[in-house]
Amino acid sequence: MAMLRDWLIDDSPASPMQARLGRLYRIFGALMHNPLAVIGAIIIICLILAALFAPWLATHDPLRQALAERLLPPSAAHWLGTDELGRDIWSRVVYGARITLVIVALVAVLAAPAGLVIGVISGYFGGWVDRILMGITDIFLSLPKLILALAFVAALGPGIENAIIAIAITSWPGYARVARAETLTFKNSEFIAAVRLLGASSLRVNLGHVLPLCTSSMIIRVTLDMAGIILTAAGLGFIGLGAQPPLPEWGAMISRGRSFILDQWWVATMPGFAIILVSLGFCFFGDGLRDVLDPKSGEQR
Amino acid sequence: MRPLLEIENLRVTFPTARGDIDVVRGVSFTLGRERLGIVGESGSGKSMTGRSILKLVRAPGHVTADKLAFDGIDLSTRSEKQMRAIRGARISMVMQDPKFSLNPVMTIGEQIAEALLTHKRLPRREVNDRVHSMLESVRISDPERVARLYPHEVSGGMGQRVMIAMMLIPEPDLLIADEPTSALDVSVQAQVLDIIDELVRRKGMGLIFISHDLNLVSSYCDRILVMNTGEVVEECKAGELMKAAHPYTRGLIASIPRLDETRDELPVLDRSAWAKA
Amino acid sequence: MIALSLKDLDISYGDTQITHKVSLDIAEGESFALVGESGSGKSTVLKAIAGLAPQWTGEIRVLGKARSHGVDRDFSRICQMVFQDPYGSLHPRKTVDATLGEALTIHGIGNRSARVEEVMGSVGLDRKFRFRFPHQLSGGQRQRVAIARALMLKPKILLLDEPTSALDVSVQAEILNLLKRLRREQNLTFLMVTHNLPVVSFLCDRLAVMRQGRIVEVADIDELKRGDLKESYSRELMQISAAHAT
Repeated sequence: MAMLRDWLIDDSPASPMQARLGRLYRIFGALMHNPLAVIGAIIIICLILAALFAPWLATHDPLRQALAERLLPPSAAHWLGTDELGRDIWSRVVYGARITLVIVALVAVLAAPAGLVIGVISGYFGGWVDRILMGITDIFLSLPKLILALAFVAALGPGIENAIIAIAITSWPGYARVARAETLTFKNSEFIAAVRLLGASSLRVNLGHVLPLCTSSMIIRVTLDMAGIILTAAGLGFIGLGAQPPLPEWGAMISRGRSFILDQWWVATMPGFAIILVSLGFCFFGDGLRDVLDPKSGEQR
Repeated sequence: MRPLLEIENLRVTFPTARGDIDVVRGVSFTLGRERLGIVGESGSGKSMTGRSILKLVRAPGHVTADKLAFDGIDLSTRSEKQMRAIRGARISMVMQDPKFSLNPVMTIGEQIAEALLTHKRLPRREVNDRVHSMLESVRISDPERVARLYPHEVSGGMGQRVMIAMMLIPEPDLLIADEPTSALDVSVQAQVLDIIDELVRRKGMGLIFISHDLNLVSSYCDRILVMNTGEVVEECKAGELMKAAHPYTRGLIASIPRLDETRDELPVLDRSAWAKA
Repeated sequence: MIALSLKDLDISYGDTQITHKVSLDIAEGESFALVGESGSGKSTVLKAIAGLAPQWTGEIRVLGKARSHGVDRDFSRICQMVFQDPYGSLHPRKTVDATLGEALTIHGIGNRSARVEEVMGSVGLDRKFRFRFPHQLSGGQRQRVAIARALMLKPKILLLDEPTSALDVSVQAEILNLLKRLRREQNLTFLMVTHNLPVVSFLCDRLAVMRQGRIVEVADIDELKRGDLKESYSRELMQISAAHAT
């Protein structure tokens, strides 16, 4: 263990691999010194574990209805109580983690790279390319996210896949803005000029040199946005345009529980807690990442 | 007469992952109403020495000293609030780049006036007169026009002269100039330094001039401290710099190219000669 | 043979014309200095030659061939540039190895590892620095990396933009010695921009004094050493430099 550590923090790495791993190790070490980031990381890991091991963690089948056991308060048999159809809320929340994770991951995979590429192209080439791309971005940015997502889902039809597409479509403009701003600051730097003087093509300069610099702020931004994405997905679920019953999506669960909120508070509250907890986890972790990765802080660790 | 500034065994420590690092290691000197130059290369601790006098070393940096007294006031026991009353009014500091030190959304006149009003209550008329005469004394020929300009509308040299005006208008007893001309052209450098020099002499202030440039320091100061890795390695009169004894100082002097250069190779500092001692 | 020839070079940024009819001839193997204060247009001339300031009229000939306005691959094998700020000219996320190897990858040159180590050796960088990131290097080491990068393609001409002005004097001496040795060993032509006349006196054979976008005087280095410059502005610059020196 000590040897591994020495190898990682070696000041004179012997291979690119060691240099890269050493850098990751330093970032990791800095993250571990940030208590909020650690809490965030633990929450996110819990979410992932819950999603992976849902069948083992759940005490009941999340879809099985037992009308005799409907609206039971939390107890030893049903840890978080049951809903109006007698389904176990704990099991539904655990399975709901899968849906949440899929939404978050797919949106990140779809929206972030799209935003990144559009932003870098716009920033690097400038001129009319920039004007057109940023014009489109501005149009998207000027519409409220949830309303825009609503419109898309209404057009595409309700369902979890369409909700994901709709959220992705509404979140790329923010990333494009960030990437463009970053690109503008790096574009005129001397190290980019130096690579151009070596004869590198625009494609090479952008992919190999500008893009990697934008990724860390992009990762930070995406992590911080996760909470918003989860909330938008839950919002769509809540108004019945996201995941369709009987899928145990958290937003949809709150929506169903709304009718019983006064007498059977747990039906709406438990998935609500799950949403809050996971959103907070991503926020904490994102903040920690920002402290560690932000290129403006110089990485002098 | 009691000295203006007394420093004994000043230490500045920064904690890092690999243990504490002493950036300044036991610096002692006294300063009268004279011009003292502190020279050193980057990392020598010269700037930290200057900042610790004003207690401007940021956390996690930590300053200790056996004695840190300005005009009989023990600075090490002063609170942040008491320090604010001393900064500006009694000790001023001119930094390297005027671009970062001036407020971009206030006119030059307003900023100089503010520097004065922070420490004194004066009627508006008198403030304007003082601002204009201060601008004149830093050789700005049309102070009325310049006072109305914003920092981005003036050149680097003019900006630095404005900074000096701002720092000197409360009539401090000590001016700390940290690389005041490094961002400027050579011809402007001389002009700015002449202004500092003239004002310091006329008002009988103390000056600490911090720079990496040996030649510059030796021509504008009475006494010189040469710093290396946090320690003072050499103290001498400015005129006697050529007779410096320490190998570091001698190495520095030798490594500067000269206008009538005939050497084929510049001598390079051999740090092993004294680093371990 | 003429390595670099400028004829009636007018360079502009947007609507502002920076230089006016700059003409120069620099022989192969020569070390030439462009001196002047900031705003004199000296750095802009360097950028135009490199292809980073494409808005110019007139003629730039490199080794007898007229140069186009942009950056092109053939040109990059002949002429390279070293920048002023060693903190800004290296990509913060790339190791020394990646920075140096990039040139070879772009031009499809093989034997990468050997060439990287060879060039690192020639600029006096120990092998242990090869996989370090810039923030793990000192200013002088970074500038060595920047010089190494410029040498990767074995160019004939190096454009030096105040290569030592951001460095401490003891480090400046090391870099100046290095540049002098490299020029001798690899028969390089230098065009250096600087405001520091003593550095010119150490490293260069000839100099041109620029003021407000025009060349005021071209002189031999011996004239500078003797203090024999003809124009009053050149003498003024010299006096300021001399006043600095003790």
